[in-house]
Amino acid sequence: MKPTDTSNPGYFHKVVDCQFACPAHTDVPEYIRLIAQGRFGDAYIENRKSNVFPGILGRVCDRPCEPACRRRRVEERPVAICRLKRVAADHKNDIVDRLPKGGPSNGKKVALIGAGCASLTVANDLRPLGYDVTIFEAHATMGGLMRSNIPQFRLPPKVLDEEIGYIVDMGVEVKLNHRIDSMRTLLDEGFDAVFVGTGAPRGKNLEIPGRYDSKNIHIGIDWLESVAFEHQNSIGKRVLIIGVGNTAMDCCRTSLRLGANDVKVMARKPREYFKASAWELEDAEEENVEILVNHSPKDFVIEKGKLVGMTFELIEYKTDDKGRIDRGTVTGEKVIPCDDVILAIGQDNAFPWIERDLGIEFNEWECPIVDETTMMCSRDGIFFGGDSAFGPKNIIWAVAHGHEAAISMHKYCQGENLTDRLPFGVNLSSQKMGMHEWSYSNDYDPTARRLMPHVDLKQRFKKLDIEVELGFTLEQTLQEVERCLNCDIQTVFAAELCIECDACLDICPVSCLTITENGDEADLRARLAVPALNLAQDLYVSAGLPQTARVMVKDEDLCVHCGLCAERCPTGAWDMQKSHVLIPYAVDEATCGKRKTATGS
Amino acid sequence: MSYIAKPKVAHPNLPRNKLGLTARDYEGTVSTLCAGCGHDSVTAAIIQAVFQLNIEPHMLAKMSGIGCSSKTPAYFVSSSHGFNSVHGRMPSVTTGANAANRSLTYIGVSGDGDSLSIGAGQFVHAIRRNLNMCYIIENNGVYGLTKGQFSASADVGSKPKKGEPNEMEPIDPVSVALALGATYVARSFSGDREQLVPLIKGALTHKGFALVDVISPCVTFNDHEGSTKSYKHTRQFYHHVVDADFVPPAAEIKAAYEEGSAMPVELHDGSKIVLRKVDKAYDPTSRAAAFSYLRDRVNAGEIITGLLYIDGLRKEMHEVMGNTTTPLCQLPLDGLHPGAAELKKIISRYR
Repeated sequence: MKPTDTSNPGYFHKVVDCQFACPAHTDVPEYIRLIAQGRFGDAYIENRKSNVFPGILGRVCDRPCEPACRRRRVEERPVAICRLKRVAADHKNDIVDRLPKGGPSNGKKVALIGAGCASLTVANDLRPLGYDVTIFEAHATMGGLMRSNIPQFRLPPKVLDEEIGYIVDMGVEVKLNHRIDSMRTLLDEGFDAVFVGTGAPRGKNLEIPGRYDSKNIHIGIDWLESVAFEHQNSIGKRVLIIGVGNTAMDCCRTSLRLGANDVKVMARKPREYFKASAWELEDAEEENVEILVNHSPKDFVIEKGKLVGMTFELIEYKTDDKGRIDRGTVTGEKVIPCDDVILAIGQDNAFPWIERDLGIEFNEWECPIVDETTMMCSRDGIFFGGDSAFGPKNIIWAVAHGHEAAISMHKYCQGENLTDRLPFGVNLSSQKMGMHEWSYSNDYDPTARRLMPHVDLKQRFKKLDIEVELGFTLEQTLQEVERCLNCDIQTVFAAELCIECDACLDICPVSCLTITENGDEADLRARLAVPALNLAQDLYVSAGLPQTARVMVKDEDLCVHCGLCAERCPTGAWDMQKSHVLIPYAVDEATCGKRKTATGS
Repeated sequence: MSYIAKPKVAHPNLPRNKLGLTARDYEGTVSTLCAGCGHDSVTAAIIQAVFQLNIEPHMLAKMSGIGCSSKTPAYFVSSSHGFNSVHGRMPSVTTGANAANRSLTYIGVSGDGDSLSIGAGQFVHAIRRNLNMCYIIENNGVYGLTKGQFSASADVGSKPKKGEPNEMEPIDPVSVALALGATYVARSFSGDREQLVPLIKGALTHKGFALVDVISPCVTFNDHEGSTKSYKHTRQFYHHVVDADFVPPAAEIKAAYEEGSAMPVELHDGSKIVLRKVDKAYDPTSRAAAFSYLRDRVNAGEIITGLLYIDGLRKEMHEVMGNTTTPLCQLPLDGLHPGAAELKKIISRYR
């Protein structure tokens, strides 16, 4: 293999699994270290740079960072990254002075449709550059799905209000109760660029017999919205939820708070195929929601015009030798009595308000054709982001889209080439403070993941807006931060200094280093101290070593970043260096001048 | 040394031996030697050898004297027996331990100072007795603990960090061992673990005195230009003469060997050592040939390595003395002494 090019920002970025997995690339290890030092405000600001809504995401993020966390590979459970984010948001001091301020007008007008997380991110990035930003929102409140679809017992309105307020206060014009019914009309208003952040607002239907014979059959996201806006404040005692995604989990838990006492979630497939996040399933089951697998809906049972139950086909699946299941065989039928049914089987995009002769092309699923880098559609100057761009994803993806769209909108308004974007950069700085001293807590702490304390099961159902999760205590926070492996403090190797004494190989607790003859990647992977079977993780290969021309190979997979290789190295060939990935935002594009990379500030 | 202990966390796919243990289970405390010390590499090789031989930690006894080398038994197999004895006295303490309990596997770790200066008299007598042990000399040519004065193994012309080059003839432990009739004589290099691990495995399994002289550079006092025991010098001048592949009991020899180069030697427990001769003319079972080859190459400035001599037939100490096969420490008390009446009779013969 060729020597690894560590000056390529992508290499060490990938080693920081959490940051790499995060669509918005939040610098997780950095903010966890700040929390560890009690610098909650700094941790909040560090978060906000990339994910804009730390308080919201610290509660309800889909947390792609956690399954990616290296800790999951060396032991079972990842660092509670999301919960720590909430710690920063809950305990920060007053950071208002440190937020970006709206800039003096640059004369360019942009329209953002929908006041959800994607549009708000665009506003957050463009208003400081002087753009006159107008947000159009159909409802009377801002926040989009964050407010209408996420129940208050998971995300309190005051958290939403605070973080949305930070953006509105930059001088964003917000037009509430202002539904855009025609893109053509909007375009006629002369905006320099338009951003569509209208989400995926149409809940999927289930066209089976009896569907339209009762008022008690609801579409999940619509029902959650009517609960959020207080149009609906009760439900029957026995409720069936069809579908087992995260919306289903919100529906079943909301039902319990509106008077239901027997809630069943009906799944067509076995548990390992559930779409809901593991923690949302756990939280629902803690509230005694029953989840029934292998039940496929057949029809609604209506008696005298009233919904009395639902018929399900019982399915059995066969697993093939690759662990995949077949289409299933019906083995019987079962009627389950109920008073209400909520359908939570997915969402679709819907753009009835975009005229089809405007040059905005749609694909066969009625989704606009959007460039994944620039977020621009087939008509110049119109950008999409969040669920409206590529179908339902989650908040953190919407934020990521928002940042990219903001860069494009800026470039578009300034007449620059949209694809000529600043590249990622990386800074490496040694963390050595003394003979055996590093700037970070390098000892491996075997403490198990801390558990989120919850409001007692009786208390929590009294009102709809009692937040269930209490947040980590100080003691839990101090323990959890030590679980972070500081994957951004990289092992950096200088081949020319190595005397091949093997000290690093022997001290490495997870046997990730090998000195051996070079070969191609498959060959090297098989010849390491422990064969490197996780192909998703790179090998770090050095140049030929001075004395024998062999190479140092590091399997990045399980490195716990303890720094012992560097501590045991007699020549300083290994050093622990912090890799700071520089991610370009709209502000960097606007201020870079002749610079070639982001500032990371 | 490091301030944090080596974390207990380990690679989940670490190989396990027949006892279900991983190599990590054979570790000791973190070394307090200088970072980069060759001795730490030898320690790692010992851990690998003991792990691969499936030795139960409580059936291993680690013996040492004084010196950097003699600190190292603390750094491997924490749960075994150990004796850190007086300077140079490790061989006689091991003789005593072995006499009392022949069922343990004995590994002595010594240095060039401990074995070739203060302990030279002890070293030669352990060979003479053919004591059943693996005797490792971590040979770096200097006294590291007292800041790097030349030891008895320093080569003529080797330059110290400060001061004048050495002019005295070195004592070569391999030549001494060959001269005295040691039954397993090997030399290796701490930086060549592929060669070293099988040599230690063979030495641990060999019945009788097995010497492994390991060039183990002192990274602090003897790793500079002009040193003849530095990493760089050793890598430049060392030559494999006979490599040894260790084949456990009942296992078949699987590797394909070039005609005329492989020579299997059976050990007492049924395991085999396959000697791979890099120089086909070399005969590792001839003491005289080994000795002359060694002197010849030393004069040419080469460091020759590998299993240089093996004799599987000579009796070890217990066999020479005709001792019971039951370890003395396991014999009931009345079987260990003749009784008061008999003793009186014996003593009366000398009155």
